[in-house]
Amino acid sequence: MTPIVRLENVVKTYDGGVAALRGVDLDIFPGELLAIVGPSGSGKSTLLHMMGVLDRPTSGRVIIAGHDIGRLPDRELSGLRASLLGFVFQQFHLAAGVSALDNVADGMLYSGVPLSERRRRAALALERVGLGERLTHRPHELSGGEQQRVAVARAVVREPAILYADEPTGNLDSASGAEVLGVLRTLHADGTTIAIITHEHEVAAAAGRQVSVRDGRIVSDVRSPL
Amino acid sequence: MTAVTPSRLMARDLLRVGLAGLRVRRTRVALASLGIAIGIATMVAVVGISSSSQADLLRRLDELGTNMLTVKAGQTLQGEDAKLPEQSVAMVSRIESVYAVAATGDLEASVYRTDRIPADRTGGISVRAATLGLLETVQGRVRTGSWFTTASASFPTVVLGDLASRRLGVTAPGAQVWLGGRWFTVLGVLDPVPLAPGIDRAALVGWEGARDLLSFDGHPTMLYERSTPEYVEAVRSVLPRTVNPEYPEEVTVSRPSDALAARAATAGAFTNLLLGLGAVALLVGGVGVANTMVVSVLERRREIGLRRALGATRGHIRAQFLAESLLLSGLGGVAGLALGTLVTIGYAVSNGFPTLVPLWAIGGGLGAVVVIGSVAGLYPAVRAARLSPTVALGTA
Repeated sequence: MTPIVRLENVVKTYDGGVAALRGVDLDIFPGELLAIVGPSGSGKSTLLHMMGVLDRPTSGRVIIAGHDIGRLPDRELSGLRASLLGFVFQQFHLAAGVSALDNVADGMLYSGVPLSERRRRAALALERVGLGERLTHRPHELSGGEQQRVAVARAVVREPAILYADEPTGNLDSASGAEVLGVLRTLHADGTTIAIITHEHEVAAAAGRQVSVRDGRIVSDVRSPL
Repeated sequence: MTAVTPSRLMARDLLRVGLAGLRVRRTRVALASLGIAIGIATMVAVVGISSSSQADLLRRLDELGTNMLTVKAGQTLQGEDAKLPEQSVAMVSRIESVYAVAATGDLEASVYRTDRIPADRTGGISVRAATLGLLETVQGRVRTGSWFTTASASFPTVVLGDLASRRLGVTAPGAQVWLGGRWFTVLGVLDPVPLAPGIDRAALVGWEGARDLLSFDGHPTMLYERSTPEYVEAVRSVLPRTVNPEYPEEVTVSRPSDALAARAATAGAFTNLLLGLGAVALLVGGVGVANTMVVSVLERRREIGLRRALGATRGHIRAQFLAESLLLSGLGGVAGLALGTLVTIGYAVSNGFPTLVPLWAIGGGLGAVVVIGSVAGLYPAVRAARLSPTVALGTA
């Protein structure tokens, strides 16, 4: 099976000599639910930037769905993100004063799909995360857990090949966190490939595969049957 | 290998994104566009007001006609006041393209409200003999009363110019004034005559009446003539010799409409100083827009990061902020155009001018706004586009 994401000996050194990643090899296959765990400063955020083609490695290769990103210009990297990758961030990043429906519809803003079609699909995506009744609510009218579910809906509205969730429960109380994790697991059960970056072990335990990062290296990669 | 479709941002969506960016920060948007609005309003109003007053002058010029010439007796070589020959009216009327000719002759007499006013208080009013055709030739209008008829021209009757009537305090026909040592009845009062301002300050007496009652010698001081417009210059060149064959150099021929036309030309050359002020206001407005955009980019790093994660290219981010800047200054520009036009309308209506805001002023205003919006937005937009997605997301 071809991996969706393949990292080959990826090294990332920031200006000033800080080595965030010191040679990482990682394959993520379709249908996986994977947790990347590690303490802060371990390099897991940098790993997300590599996998999410938000940044380029200093050396090594990053291959997304067969595309070697090292050779792609900005336009094509952006196209890759727009069509294959979905992101959920710790701070939701929802547009204030804009309805849940339009926030989700903006997930497809750069895909060349007309607004009416974007809204139709946004309504379906909100349905999938259990917010079918909240289409017209604006972010400040929603709870933290609901806001993060809107952000998840925005990430999956264009059916990405892989969904990255960066500390998705970091800003939530445990009840809301569980709610969001539940949504992610449902999506995974429906076939979405998901990588969760977290430092919480309860979150990691919910995944079928745990990759531990420490000091810029992968120190363990464990598949556990659920 | 899965095919990658390149990122796309449709024009309609670009507009939506730009508008959404402005909607969130209304106060700031209003203040930033106010500067542009003031600049554009100033320039449009300056151009509009001067164009409107020019249009008014040209309209009046059209009504009055530019085909009237006046001939003044002038002075003799010895420096005395010259007189035109008695037959000069008849001779001018024989010039082929001349269709109207009239004359006034200065009289020694003065006019007073009553016989008890001291002789030296003439109020600057001149007494002139006038031929019957004068009113028609100078296109004057009678405000009240009537103009001379063949009959009334030989009676002791007088028609007052606008200023003369006000200085005398006589505004209604039928009143008596003391003129040349006897009572004259006021026949009528004229409206101001733009092409012959001398008539405004005159008390006019019929040609025959002046001869009979005021010992007028019948020599005209001033001739007024109108000819077919194409031949005005030709008539002008033959007038001195026709009017005064013996001393053609004594007479002065002039075209009163030239003064009005000159005024119209100056009115059109709108005040450069005011226009410069408008340009400075516009420039300051542009700096305001640039400042607002720079602050906006700093505040919205996370939004930029998110958009990059959603697949926006650098170009899309640049276009978004340029669109915002253009909309911002465009908003101010449209408000300024409306304001400037309103000011022009107000000024024109209160002065009885036709309202005229030239299309080139509107087009130029909008063009300036587009240029300012682009220039002011360029630097912030480029900065926003250069921001690395990871830095923008604040996760690096």
